[in-house]
Amino acid sequence: MPLDANLDPRTHQFKVVGTRPLRPDGVDKVTGRAKFGADATAPGMLVGKVLRSPHPHARIRSINTAKAAKLPGVKAIVTRDDFPETKDESLKDVLYNVMAREKALYDGHAVAAVAATSASIARKALKLIEVKYEILPHVTDVDAAMKPGAPILHKDMITDGVEPAPTKASNIAAKCEFGHGDPDEGFKHADHVIERVFKTEATHQGYIEPHACLASVGTDGSGELWVCTQGHFMVRDTCAALLGMDVSRLRVTASEIGGGFGGKTTVFIEPVALALSRKAGKPVKVVMSREEVFRASGPTSSTSMTVKIGINKAGRITGAFAELRFQGGAFTGSPVVLGAMSAFACYDLEHVKVVGYDVVTNRPKQAAYRAPGAPMVAFAVESVLDELAARIGMDPIALRLKNAAKEGTKSSYGPTFNRIGLIDCLEAARKHANYKVPLGPNQGRGVSAGFWFNFGGQTCVSLNVNIDGTVALVVGTPDIGGSRASMCLMAAEELGIPYDRVRAIVADTSSLGYNDISEGSRVTFSTGLATIKATRDAVTKLCARAAKIWGIPADAVTWENGYAKPSGPNAGNFEPLSLEDLAKKAAKTGGPIAGHYEVNADGAGVSFAVHLCDAEVDPETGRVQIKRYTVVQDAGKAIHPSYVEGQYQGGAVQGIGWAINEEYIYGKDGRLQNPGFLDYRIPVASDLPMIDTVIVEVPNPGHPYGVRGVGETSIVPPLAAIANAVSNAAGVRMTHLPMSPPNVLKAIDGAKGRGARR
Amino acid sequence: MVQVTLSGPLKTAAGGRASVEVEAATIHQLLMRLEKDIPKLKPLIERGVAVAIDGQIYRDDWLRPIPPGSEVVLLPRMAGG
Repeated sequence: MPLDANLDPRTHQFKVVGTRPLRPDGVDKVTGRAKFGADATAPGMLVGKVLRSPHPHARIRSINTAKAAKLPGVKAIVTRDDFPETKDESLKDVLYNVMAREKALYDGHAVAAVAATSASIARKALKLIEVKYEILPHVTDVDAAMKPGAPILHKDMITDGVEPAPTKASNIAAKCEFGHGDPDEGFKHADHVIERVFKTEATHQGYIEPHACLASVGTDGSGELWVCTQGHFMVRDTCAALLGMDVSRLRVTASEIGGGFGGKTTVFIEPVALALSRKAGKPVKVVMSREEVFRASGPTSSTSMTVKIGINKAGRITGAFAELRFQGGAFTGSPVVLGAMSAFACYDLEHVKVVGYDVVTNRPKQAAYRAPGAPMVAFAVESVLDELAARIGMDPIALRLKNAAKEGTKSSYGPTFNRIGLIDCLEAARKHANYKVPLGPNQGRGVSAGFWFNFGGQTCVSLNVNIDGTVALVVGTPDIGGSRASMCLMAAEELGIPYDRVRAIVADTSSLGYNDISEGSRVTFSTGLATIKATRDAVTKLCARAAKIWGIPADAVTWENGYAKPSGPNAGNFEPLSLEDLAKKAAKTGGPIAGHYEVNADGAGVSFAVHLCDAEVDPETGRVQIKRYTVVQDAGKAIHPSYVEGQYQGGAVQGIGWAINEEYIYGKDGRLQNPGFLDYRIPVASDLPMIDTVIVEVPNPGHPYGVRGVGETSIVPPLAAIANAVSNAAGVRMTHLPMSPPNVLKAIDGAKGRGARR
Repeated sequence: MVQVTLSGPLKTAAGGRASVEVEAATIHQLLMRLEKDIPKLKPLIERGVAVAIDGQIYRDDWLRPIPPGSEVVLLPRMAGG
C-alpha cells in the first residue's frame, strides 16, 4: 500500500503517531503478572524432559527405553520412531533437528524425550534410556569443514550452485555469487588495495526467556499449545505437518515473549511436547534449561571471510571482492546468501563480486539473529574501508560519503535503489557532537555503515468497536518489540481518538487469519499497514452508520477527529456523532461495528544506519571499554520514537557483546564449553555507556505513513564500528571477533613482535 | 517483453546467463515463464524467490503487474530475524 497521497511524513502534523505513551504491557511485566512461556499450567500436567546427545557426531545404533518406561511416574517416552518421515523437503531438516534420526549431529542434539509426573522422575528416566552410539569424527570449524578429508556430515550433500555439479559429497551445502562488473579490472585502477581475512565466532541471541511450551492433545486428536515464539501460526503449521494433524485441530497461543531476536522463528521442543502429550493423554510442559538453550537452540553462524577492496587517491572505490564462508551448524541454511547480498550494499560500485559458501559442521542448526548474515560481513568490509581511509588520510565518513549508494545506484545485489537514507545518516553522523569529542589516551574512534533489506509478509488484523467507544485491536504478530503500542498509536491516529482508548491483543491461531512470524523488521510496517487499513474499514462503516441515522448518503459523511460529520453544507445540518455515540447506538443501528484487513505486504523499504564508537583499550590487560556510542538510523517514520530508540540501543548493545566478549567455545571433543551466562558473557548495564540515538526519517514510499522497519539494521554496523575503534586505539587491526581481553592482548603482542604497529 | 536480471544461485542455475527476456505482465506469469524456459530454475523458484521491480522487492505478490520497461531482478528468497 503506497504512501498516502499528499502526506509528507516529515511535515504532516500527526496527532498521536510520534508521541511516546507508556507501553500497555509495562505494568504486567514489571509486576510479574505477564504470562510467559513457562507460566502456564494445566490440570494433571506432566513435565517433559529431553535426552540430548553428548557426542558431536555419532551414529545412533539403538535406543532402549524399556527401563525408563517401567519407572513409576513415567507416562510417555518418544524417540525418532514417534516422528514419521516427512515428504515435505522444506521440513526434513526441521524434523531431523527436532529429534535425531540415523545420527546425532551435534552436542545437544535431541535423541529422546520423557513425560513424567515430576521433574525429578523425568530426569531419572532420561538416565535409564540406553542409547548405543558409534562415535564418528567431528568438525566444528568452518575452514576445517571445507577442507578435503574433513569428516562428512551428510553422505548425500552435493554442493548446490556449482556447475557442473560435484561428484563427491562434501560439507559445502551451496555456493552463491553476486555482483556486477569485474573487480580485477577495478583493482587495476586502484592506488591502494587491501586484502584481509576475518573471522567471527558464533554467538547466541541471548534472549532472557528460554524456550518453553505447554502442549495438550486430547483423545479426539485435537490439540492446544501455549508457547513462547515469534510466530505461533508458523508453530501451528509446522507442528501439524510433523505430527500428521489437521491444521484446524491445533490451536496455538503465543505467550508474552522474553526476547527472540530471530532465535524463536522455528520449532525445537514444541513438536516433542505435543508428541509426548498425545502419547500420555495429558498436558505436558517442556521448558529448556539455559544450558539446553545454548547447546540445542539456534545460535548464529561463525564465519571466515576474505575481503579485498581497492581505492584511488581521491577515495573512490575502484573494485571490491569478498569470499564468505559461513557455517550454519549441522544442516544447510546459514545466512551466507543474505551476507553476500548485503556485503557491499552501502556503496555505489562499478566492479563488485561476492562469493559465498554455506557450510555444515557439527554444531546446532543456526537460527536467524537480527539481520542474519549482515553484521559479520559489515565487520569485514567496513574494517577494510577504515584501513583504506587511514591509508590515504581521509576522514572515514567522508570516504563513505564519496562512495555512498543513493537513489539510482545499482545495488551490489542487483536492483536499483529508490530513495534511500544512507547519505542522510552519514551527514547526521558527521555533524553529531560525539564525532568531535577529543579522544583520551588509549582511545580510538570507529565508524561503520550498515544495510538491511526489511520485509513485509502475510498479515491479518481486526478491529472491534466496543460499546463504550473504546477499541479492541486484534493482531496476530507476537509483540517482540513494543508493537502493540505502535499499533494502538496508528489506530488512534486514524480514528482521531486518544491512544489509551485503543487496546491491542495478540490473538491465537484460531481467532484470526494467518500471520507470518514477527521477523524481518516487518511488524510495524506490515501489521501497521493492516491496522491502518482495518481502521479505515471501520471508519467507513462508522460513517455509513451515521449516514443511516441522519438519512443521508454514506458518501456525504466524513470522519474527523473522532467524529462523523456531514461532509459539507449540502449534506445537511446534523450534530456530529462521536465514536462513543455511534458505539452506544450500534446494537440498534445494525449491530457490531468492526474493521478488518488482510494483506501479504510487500514494499517494506530497505534501511541504512551509521554508528560511531569510541573505545578505550587497556594495553596491560587487553580489556575494551566502550566510552561513547552513537546510532544514526533511518526509520522512515518513527511511530513510537522511544521504541525506535530502544531498537537502536538494543541492536548496539547486542553488537557490543558480539564484538567484545560473546562466543561459542568448542573443545577438541566437539562439546560446547560455555553453555551458560557465567562463561558466555553478554553485556550488562555496567559495561555500557548511554547509547545515543538519532532518528533519521526518509519516508518509505511503500507505507501509508512512510514506515521502514527498524528492528534489525541497528545490529549491522556495531561489530565493525567497535572493531575500528579498538583497532585505532590499540594500533593494530583486529580481524577476529570477539575482541576479548586475551584476543586483544594477543593481537597487540603479535603486532609488537612484527613491529607493525601503526 | 520483460528483461529479467538473474542474480546469485538463479544466475548459476541458468547456466551463467545474467539476464533473459520473457513475455509476462505479472510476477506470476514471469515465474511460470521462467520455469518453462529454464527448467533448472524450477526447483529454486519452488523453494522461494523474490522479484524486484524498479527497486522494490516483492516476495509473494504474484499478482503484481510488471509495468512495461521496468527493471526486473530475480533474487533468492530472503527472510530476516
